[in-house]
Amino acid sequence: MRLACPLCGTRDRREFTYLGHETFLDRPAPDAGAEAWDAYLHLRDNPAGETRDLWYHDPCQSWLVVTRDTVTHAIHGTELAAGRKRGGRR
Amino acid sequence: MRIEGRGLVNRARPMGFTFDGQAFIGAEGDTLASALLANGVRLVARSFKYHRPRGIWGAGSEEPNALVTVGEGARQTPNVRATVQELHDGLVARSQNRWPTLAHDLGAVNDLLAPFLGAGFYYKTFMWPRAFWERVYEPLIRRAAGLGALSGLPETARYDRAWAFCDLLVIGAGPTGLMAALAAAEAGADVILADEDSLMGGRLNGDSGEVDGLPGHLWAARTVERLAGMENVRLMPRTTVTGAYDQGTYGALERVGLHLADPHPDVPLEIFWRIVARRAILAAGAIERPIAFPSNDRPGIMSAAAVRTYLNRYGVAPGKSVTLFCNNDGAHATARDLAAAGVRVAAVIDTRAEARIEGDFPVFPGGSVVATGGRHGLQEITIRHAGGQRSLWTDCLAVSGGWNPTLHLTCHMNGRPVWDEAIAAFVPVPGSVPGLAAAGAARGVFSTAGCLEDGLAAAREALGELDLSPPRLEAPRAEDGRYAIAPVWHVEGLGRKGGRAWLDLQNDVTVKDVRLAAQEGFASVEHMKRYTTQGMAPDQGKTSNVAALAVLADATGRGIAQTGTTTFRPPFVPVTIAAMGAGAHGKGFAPERFTTSHRAAVERNAPMLEAGLWYRPAWFPRPGESTWRESCDREVLMVRESVGVTDVSTLGKIDIQGKDAGAFLDLVYTNTFSTLPVGRVRYGLMLREDGFVMDDGTSARLAEDHFVMTTTTAAAGLVMRHLDFVHQCLVPQMDVRLVSVTEAWAQFAVAGPKARALLDTVLDEPLGADEFPFMACGPRRIAGVEGRLFRISFSGELGYEVAVPARYGESLFRLLVAQAESLGGGAYGLEALNVLRIEKGFITHAEIHGRTTAFDLGLERMVSPGKDCIGKAAAQRPGLHGPHREQLVGLRPLRPAEGITAGAHLFREHAAAVSDNDEGYVTSVCFSPTLGTWLGLGFLVNGRARHGETVRLVDHLRHLEVRCEVTDPVFLDPGGGRMRA
Repeated sequence: MRLACPLCGTRDRREFTYLGHETFLDRPAPDAGAEAWDAYLHLRDNPAGETRDLWYHDPCQSWLVVTRDTVTHAIHGTELAAGRKRGGRR
Repeated sequence: MRIEGRGLVNRARPMGFTFDGQAFIGAEGDTLASALLANGVRLVARSFKYHRPRGIWGAGSEEPNALVTVGEGARQTPNVRATVQELHDGLVARSQNRWPTLAHDLGAVNDLLAPFLGAGFYYKTFMWPRAFWERVYEPLIRRAAGLGALSGLPETARYDRAWAFCDLLVIGAGPTGLMAALAAAEAGADVILADEDSLMGGRLNGDSGEVDGLPGHLWAARTVERLAGMENVRLMPRTTVTGAYDQGTYGALERVGLHLADPHPDVPLEIFWRIVARRAILAAGAIERPIAFPSNDRPGIMSAAAVRTYLNRYGVAPGKSVTLFCNNDGAHATARDLAAAGVRVAAVIDTRAEARIEGDFPVFPGGSVVATGGRHGLQEITIRHAGGQRSLWTDCLAVSGGWNPTLHLTCHMNGRPVWDEAIAAFVPVPGSVPGLAAAGAARGVFSTAGCLEDGLAAAREALGELDLSPPRLEAPRAEDGRYAIAPVWHVEGLGRKGGRAWLDLQNDVTVKDVRLAAQEGFASVEHMKRYTTQGMAPDQGKTSNVAALAVLADATGRGIAQTGTTTFRPPFVPVTIAAMGAGAHGKGFAPERFTTSHRAAVERNAPMLEAGLWYRPAWFPRPGESTWRESCDREVLMVRESVGVTDVSTLGKIDIQGKDAGAFLDLVYTNTFSTLPVGRVRYGLMLREDGFVMDDGTSARLAEDHFVMTTTTAAAGLVMRHLDFVHQCLVPQMDVRLVSVTEAWAQFAVAGPKARALLDTVLDEPLGADEFPFMACGPRRIAGVEGRLFRISFSGELGYEVAVPARYGESLFRLLVAQAESLGGGAYGLEALNVLRIEKGFITHAEIHGRTTAFDLGLERMVSPGKDCIGKAAAQRPGLHGPHREQLVGLRPLRPAEGITAGAHLFREHAAAVSDNDEGYVTSVCFSPTLGTWLGLGFLVNGRARHGETVRLVDHLRHLEVRCEVTDPVFLDPGGGRMRA
C-alpha cells in the first residue's frame, strides 16, 4: 500500500501510522455531554466503500486525511489535516 | 539422451552432480531436470499420498512432480522443483518421500490401499474415538505427510531484501514481454523486465519457430542484448514476480546464489524484492495442461511443450520412441520437431476426429490413450481409435490438453477470471489489478506473431498512461497459426473399473476423487478443493486446476463458467521464509539507538539494557561486585549519600515555540502551563482523550514563547504524534510549532547531596547558594559550551539535569563522572534509577500502563478545574473514580527481607487467592538499600483508604506468598526536603 503525502510524495505505508476515521477531527465541546463524547470516542461506521481516515506521516510529522475505498483499496486523495477547510465535510 | 548439435546448453562445460548418491554429468545451461533426462533418469520422485513412481512433467516453475531435496547440511532445501534448479558443478540432489530407496519404496503399500484412501479419507476415518485425534491420529498423519524435510540446522546462508522503482514493470520475457519492454524502453520509460528463467526468451527458447527471419531464440538473445545496453532498463532474470499488491507494489523473488557451485559468503542465495511500478504488463505466458486418462502419472508422461523445450533448448530427447497425445493443433509441433531431430515418433493421437496431422508417423485422429503400462516408467500405451484398439511400445508420451493463461497475478486483488469458450480457458478481466494489463498468452493470445503485436500494443497503452510518446516500432514477422482446440479433460478407461486418472499429480487427486466430492455435496469449487486437496501445496494447482473444475462441472451438471475457479493468492511460487525475513534477525531485527555516553558506559563494563530501540546502562560494576544487586545497592546509596551521574538523554525532548505555546500546553496537559514564569519547570500530566493517563514529564519555560517538554523514554514517539495531532487536527489556528529535539541534546542527571558541589566544577560560573531553586531552569555555560540547566529530580535528592548539544555529550559525561568519582560518587545505571524512584513513589509506565486514570494515581488534583484539556471530559465519566477503583499504594513486606514480585496479585489477608477475590496487583518492586527493606508499588481497590492494612501478595507463577503492609506510595522523604535542599 502506498499513500501520497502532499509534502513528500508517494511513500510506502511503512512510513505512516494509522489513527482512525476523520470523526476524530470533530472534537465535541467539553460540555457536550456523555453521548456526544461516547460517539466521538467509540462509535464508528464500518463502510464497504469510500471512507476518510487519519494517517500520520512519521518522517515529516504531518497528519493527513486520506480518502480511500475499503473494498477496492483505491486511494482517492490525501490532504493535510491542518490545511483542510473547517466545516466542509459531510 | 543428448542429441548431437541440438540445444543451447554449453556442452564444452560439463558439470558433475549426484542424484541419490549416483554421479552424473550435465552441461552448463542445464536444469537438474534436463540433466537427469539427458542421463536417461526418468524416475525422480514418489507421489505425496500413494507413493506412486513419478517423473518430470514440465520444464518450468509449474512442475507438480519432480520435487527434490537439494544441498546438504544447513544448505539442505526440500521440495525444490528440478525444472527450476539450475545445474552447477557439485550439485547434490536427493529424491523425497521414499524409504528405503526411490526404486523400492515401502510407502508404495499405500497405493494398494488406494480404494480406502479416497477423498475425505481423513475426515471419515479419524473421527472416533474422539480422544484419539490429538494423541494418535494427528502425530501419525503428520509423520506420513509432507515430502521433503528441513535440515533442522540454523540457517547460515545470506538472504537479502530490496526495493526497486520503475515506470513499467514487465513480468515475463517471452515474445510479448520482450516486445513490450523494448517499446517502452525506446520511449524512454524506466523499465524493469523480470523473468523466472535464467535465460530470457520464454517459449522462443523452447520452440523452433522463426522471428524476423531468425531462429526465435536468436531474436530473443539479440533483443535482450539490446535492452541490456539501455540505461533505463533493468533486466532481472531468475526473478519470479510473486504477488500483486495495492498501489502498484509487487513482490518478487530473485535467485541469486542458488545456481552457483561455491557462492561467495557475501552473495545472498535469494533476494526478496518489493517493486513499485507506475504501470505493469503481465506477460507471463501460459501453462500447458494435462489430460486425465487412466494411469497418466507414469514417469515418461510429459507436457508436449516441455518435450519441445527439452529437445530444442537442452538438446535432450526424453525418450527413444515418443508418442504425442493432444487435442489442439499447436501440440503437433512437438512431433514435427522430434522427427526433424531424428527422434522416433511412435504415433500422434489427436482426440479430434477432424484433426489434420502431417508427418511420417502413424496418426490416430479421434483417438485416445486409454491405458498405460510400465512399473518405474512408461513402457506401453493402449490407444482407442475409430478402427478399434491397439497397444504400442513407447517410453515417452507427450500430452497436451491445451493451454491456460498464466493469469494468477490478476487475481491477487480479488479479480475473477472469465471463461473463454474459443480457447477453452479462463482469461483475465482487464482492470482486475489497477495499473496491470495482461498481454500475449497471459490473456489468451496463443500465436507468436499475436504475442509480439500484443506486447507492443500493451506497451503503447502503458506509455500513453505514463505520458510518454510511443516509439516508431513494428512487431517483427513470426508464426501466426490459429489455435484450434476441442476441449478434452478426461478419458474414460477400459472396462468397468477403468483405472485411476490423475488430475492433480502433486496431491494425488484423481477424477474419481473429484466426482466423489461432488457426490458427497462438496459441489462448490472451493469446497471440492478443500475436500480433495486438489490445487494445494507448492504448485497451487498450476497444471491441474482447470481440468479438475471441468470434471466437477461435468459431475454437477453446471458449465465451467458457472463453476468458476478457486482463488489464486500470492505467492505465485513458494517463497522461502528466509528471503521474506532477510536481515530481520539478530541485530538486524531492529535499529539500535545509542546515547552519546554509550561508549563510555561500555568501557566501564556496564551491561546494556534495551529500552525500546535505545540501549541504556543497567549498572556500572566495580571490582569485587559479583551480582547486579551489589552494584545497584551501592549506586543507590551513592546517590543518597554523595552524588551520582546518569544519562537521561533517551527521554523525549520536544521543542515548543510560538505565541500560543503556553495555551497549547494548557490543552495537552491536565495542569496549567501558561502561568509558568520564564526560567521555571513544572511537572505535567498528559491524558489520552478517553481520560486515561498517556504520559508524564516536565516542561521548562525558556522564554515567553518557548518551552522544552520532556516525555518518558517509552512514549516519546507517541507523545510527539499526539501533540502533532492536537495541533494540526484540533487547533490548527494556534500559533505554535513543535519539533523533536531528542537526539539534538545530550542530557545528564546529577543527583545527590553533593550535586551542587559537582556542578560547580563544570559550570563556567558557579551557582550561588539561592540562585537556582528547586524547579528552576535556564541557559548556562558548561565547560565552555552553551547548555541548559534544570533543577529537577527523579531520585528525590538534590538534583539537576544538564543538557548540552549532543556532540559534547560524551566528553561532558566523562567529565561529570570523573568529577563525581573525586567526590566519592560516580555513574549510576537504570537499576539504581528505578530503585531511587520507587523509594520516592515516582511513577513510570509500569504504573501509567494505559488503564489508570489521574484519580487512580492520586494525581486528580493535577486536573485543573478552570480549563479544558485533552481527556478531561472523558475522565469525568461515571465509574472512573470512587472507592471501587484500584488506587496507587505502596507495599512493604511485614518481614523486610522477604522478596516480592511485580505482577503478583493482592488479596485480603484471610481471603482465598482466587480471581473472584482479586483486589489489585503489583507494578514495580525493588530492594531499598536506603530503608533496608523490599518495597513495592501497586494498585489496590480503595487503596488510599487502606494504608496500614495487611494484604496478601500472591504470585501464582513464581509460587510466592508474602504478607505486606499497605502504605503511602512515597516511602522516603514525603515532605520533599531533600529535593529542595
